[in-house]
Amino acid sequence: MDTLLRATTEAIRLLTGFDPALLAILGLTLRVTGGALVLAVLLGVPVGAWLGLRGRVPLAGCLLPLIYTGMGIPPVVAGLFVYLFLSNQGPLGDLHWLFTPNAMIMAQTLIALPLVVGLTLTAVQSVDPAIRLQVQSLGATQSQLTWTILGEARQGVLAAIVAAFGSIISEVGAVMLVGGNIEGQTRVLTTAIVLETRKGNFALALALGIVLLILAFLTNWLFYRVNSKQ
Amino acid sequence: MRTLRWFVLAVLFVLLVACGSREPEVLRLATTTSTADSGLLDAILPAFEEAYNARVDVVAVGTGQAISLGEAGDADVILVHARAREDAFVADGHGLYREDVMYNDFILVGLSTDPAGVQGMDSVTDALTLIAQNGAAFASRGDDSGTHTKELSLWEKAGVTPATDNGWYNSLGQGMGDTLTFANETGAYTLTDRATFLALQDNLPNLAIMVGGNSIAETGDTNLLNPYGVIPVNPDKEGINNDLAEDFVTWITSAETQTAIGEFGLEQYGQPLFYPDAGEQWAVNSNLDCSLLTVYCSFSARSELTRRFLDSELIHERFFR
Repeated sequence: MDTLLRATTEAIRLLTGFDPALLAILGLTLRVTGGALVLAVLLGVPVGAWLGLRGRVPLAGCLLPLIYTGMGIPPVVAGLFVYLFLSNQGPLGDLHWLFTPNAMIMAQTLIALPLVVGLTLTAVQSVDPAIRLQVQSLGATQSQLTWTILGEARQGVLAAIVAAFGSIISEVGAVMLVGGNIEGQTRVLTTAIVLETRKGNFALALALGIVLLILAFLTNWLFYRVNSKQ
Repeated sequence: MRTLRWFVLAVLFVLLVACGSREPEVLRLATTTSTADSGLLDAILPAFEEAYNARVDVVAVGTGQAISLGEAGDADVILVHARAREDAFVADGHGLYREDVMYNDFILVGLSTDPAGVQGMDSVTDALTLIAQNGAAFASRGDDSGTHTKELSLWEKAGVTPATDNGWYNSLGQGMGDTLTFANETGAYTLTDRATFLALQDNLPNLAIMVGGNSIAETGDTNLLNPYGVIPVNPDKEGINNDLAEDFVTWITSAETQTAIGEFGLEQYGQPLFYPDAGEQWAVNSNLDCSLLTVYCSFSARSELTRRFLDSELIHERFFR
């Protein structure tokens, strides 16, 4: 109980004091998770919509279960893939991206992508087929059709984005592995929480956890506002 | 049929009672990752569990967290390596007393190409100064562990204030294995305990030992020695199994266990990973921190004081009888 109380006051102190170390960590967290989310949405929504609009998905028996499995990929496994690709001995070793924010964005994109694709696909598929027929009979081009259907499925697409955001803002395994948790360079909120817990600074760790929750809440609130405006 | 059923039930009941009475006691041991990761605990703990009909729950964390676990009463006994903090732990009343258990040593490792030119130096502080002057990449544990504490004290002795914003000092906040992997990938220097380096060496093809020699006997700098202590947690905290904790201290400092510690790793690495030193009161002085075996193994390059120890009866009794 005592730790909880201290954690709360510590969180308030950190936030109101504009602690520079915390601001750096917050900034990087937003950059990495935001970057990964944008990439995952840019890649995932079109792919999901395309798959959802096709009556028959190629290799459906294989592809769909694969996407659904990807939705549950353990972050540390996604991180391991990225690590092996970017390592000195790996195929992308020449990029020298390992232990940089770029590597973290790559890993989180890999985690978020299946979620965005899978949930967008489901959302698009659940749009009333009558709407689609109607749009097509009005002579819409393929891209006009896709936009209309995505508009109809926007609740589901937004849910896909929210789910992807939630899974990568809170993950620690991948960013720890490929980022290295370097102070001032690749330390984000989740890895800082693990570190402070290991150090035994439970109050500070919990305070960072509270900051993370506030950040997630604000972002989700923003998503909610966007959704309810439409 | 009916009798058979009763018979089975009776047998089960007897078994249950028999097992229940032999339920092992649980000892919660908070220790550092080095003792667990090196495999030492796996090698020696079964003997304790058998002798005391106990089960040891090992929580292997950084020294900082191990001490916090002790402070919170979430561990019965701690086995750690950060002398100043151990003494503070006892002085603050969280622990009853501290006993020497063993020591190993730290080494400075880096790329075999050695960009800062420190390989083979005797003094680790000189090597660190040179690394700082050259701005060569250095990877720090940065996690408040015993190794991190040691590293910071060495920088202080070298008169260098490492800061993360000077470009070459990387504070990782990760375990020893992760830090070594980082050093291997990025070509950074790092301070590691010898046991972990030896255990992981096969996966670290780019790294070589810079300072500290090929075994603890070859180390040229007593600053690199790393003593481990055991402390039973003060039973005034709730739920502490003090009896078993004290049994553990007695057991781990006993001649038999000390021998087992000294033999661990001999076969696989050709050298012990930990050197037992329980009960050597005279080794407490930090100048003489290099204890028996080191002294014995390196006759040369030692001070007048060490030679006096070599001639002393204690040494003769232990090693030349």
